[in-house]
Amino acid sequence: MTEAITLSGAAASRGGAPVWSGVDLSIARGEFVAVLGPNGAGKSTFLDVVLGLLPLSTGGVSVLGEAPRAARVRIGYLPQRRSFDASTRVRGIDVVRLGLDGARWGLPLPTALSPTARAANAKVDEVVELVGAGGYAERPIGTLSGGEQQRLLIPQALVRDPQMLLLDEPLDSLDLPNQSAVAALVQRICRTQGVTVVLVAHDVNPILGYLDRVVYFAGGRGVEGPPRDVIQADVLSELYGSPIEVVETQSGRLIVVGTPDAHGHDGGCGGHDHASDAEPVHADPAVAERGPAG
Amino acid sequence: MSLSGPHLSWDLVADWEQLTAYPFMVQALEAGAIVAVMAGAIGWFMVLRRQTFAGHTLAVISFPGAAAATLAAIPIAFGYFGACALGALALAAVGREGRGGRSGESAAIGTVQAFALGLGFLFVGLYGGQLAGLESLLFGTFLGITQGQVVTLLCIAVAVLSVLAVIGRPLFFTSVDGSVARAGGVPTRALAVAFLLLLGMAVAATAEITGALLVFALLVTPAATAQLITARPALGLALSVVLAFLVTWIGLGIAYFSPYPVGFWVTSLSFGLYVLVRLAAAPPRLRAAI
Repeated sequence: MTEAITLSGAAASRGGAPVWSGVDLSIARGEFVAVLGPNGAGKSTFLDVVLGLLPLSTGGVSVLGEAPRAARVRIGYLPQRRSFDASTRVRGIDVVRLGLDGARWGLPLPTALSPTARAANAKVDEVVELVGAGGYAERPIGTLSGGEQQRLLIPQALVRDPQMLLLDEPLDSLDLPNQSAVAALVQRICRTQGVTVVLVAHDVNPILGYLDRVVYFAGGRGVEGPPRDVIQADVLSELYGSPIEVVETQSGRLIVVGTPDAHGHDGGCGGHDHASDAEPVHADPAVAERGPAG
Repeated sequence: MSLSGPHLSWDLVADWEQLTAYPFMVQALEAGAIVAVMAGAIGWFMVLRRQTFAGHTLAVISFPGAAAATLAAIPIAFGYFGACALGALALAAVGREGRGGRSGESAAIGTVQAFALGLGFLFVGLYGGQLAGLESLLFGTFLGITQGQVVTLLCIAVAVLSVLAVIGRPLFFTSVDGSVARAGGVPTRALAVAFLLLLGMAVAATAEITGALLVFALLVTPAATAQLITARPALGLALSVVLAFLVTWIGLGIAYFSPYPVGFWVTSLSFGLYVLVRLAAAPPRLRAAI
């Protein structure tokens, strides 16, 4: 099996309300894939289906060649942005360690007595070094910046050597330099560790140069393909069912203009604060006013 | 650290002999040690989970339980443990896992707390309003502990700490990083209920010794102090236990040689320690990762 995720004729609903339907897609192993779309279009629903938390209402899904629940142990999952309260007096490295054996019952043995504990510590140090977080991993996680926290949550998802990483909006609320730094880091992990990466994103631009493929959910449907094949005026217009323009700036940024709000579908994405940020790529008003380009 | 008091000498061996000359003091030291170890460990998780309000409510609920037991002429321990177990289940029903519903949760918990206090007042009133009984329910009976109570406390502490040892790591996981723990298959809801029950048992045991109002001297302050000192989980947990134990024994020791009550000394010691650590830790943020 070379497919990481396949959906065929898939439909998902939440609380009886359909989120998307008729979705066919296949993501190959080792690819770096972004999941895009307006709020409520079903990006998080897609992740829940892949994680086996939500069964499809119709159609089939296969994850790493298995049913989603069976594949769960081989997936590293980073939920939508959570920040640690400043008063959380737990070191970053302890939070990473939880990704390794936090779910196990019983108390861990002291390192001095147990080779397993030493191996676990070595593994944690290794993934922390992989993301270059060694300098601050020993500090309490609540005292770290948003970018530092996010960089530590990636090794937490990586520490069990997963075959696939699911990252739910890992770039949200990071500043621009941090967004592209984390995106570059994720791509490096994808390439060097051979891990399939599925990343839910609001704004495609910081990651555009790293992506192999995008999955775009809107208007109750989903399409997939290489980024520049999908983020096209005709493809998106058909998806949204209304005229959409895609503008490319000279610096190579893609700007999608004219996306309707997706208020009608609360697909259970949850946690989105900015309804006005519905576009996957920021609509720059200055550009939008210039009218159709190209 | 030297203990200064009117009848205290510098000969610590002689002091220790004075301290343990009477069975009531030996039993107080034993019960204090048991309760301190349990409260230190459970309290560390309570502070980490930011459930001090729930802990406080359980302590308040223990008061009507004990008052009702006194009124019904059944052993007071039944009142403490029964009320705290019921209270824990009630809190579990009210509370919801996750940070989202916290404000609604604390309002609901607050109403339970007020009602519990009212009930306790009623029971004390029905009993005849005997003030001495009320005082010991609220401020403890450190020096009136029987050998039987010590054995009961020991059994409860062993049971509570054994369960905590089994669920400790996943509990730590859900407390620090709930969404990942839930996605990783940790039964977060069941753990939340189990922890509230453990907390109820620890509160009931502590309340029986320190009274309903002074529970926090052992449950919160040592744990909060330990978390200020270190961000290492294992070290913090151990430190919380050691601090709770130290303030209890030193408080008992000072109270023995002074005219003031045990509860005052235990609370003052733990509060003083917390303030000292807070002051020491505050200026340089560098110490954060010790």
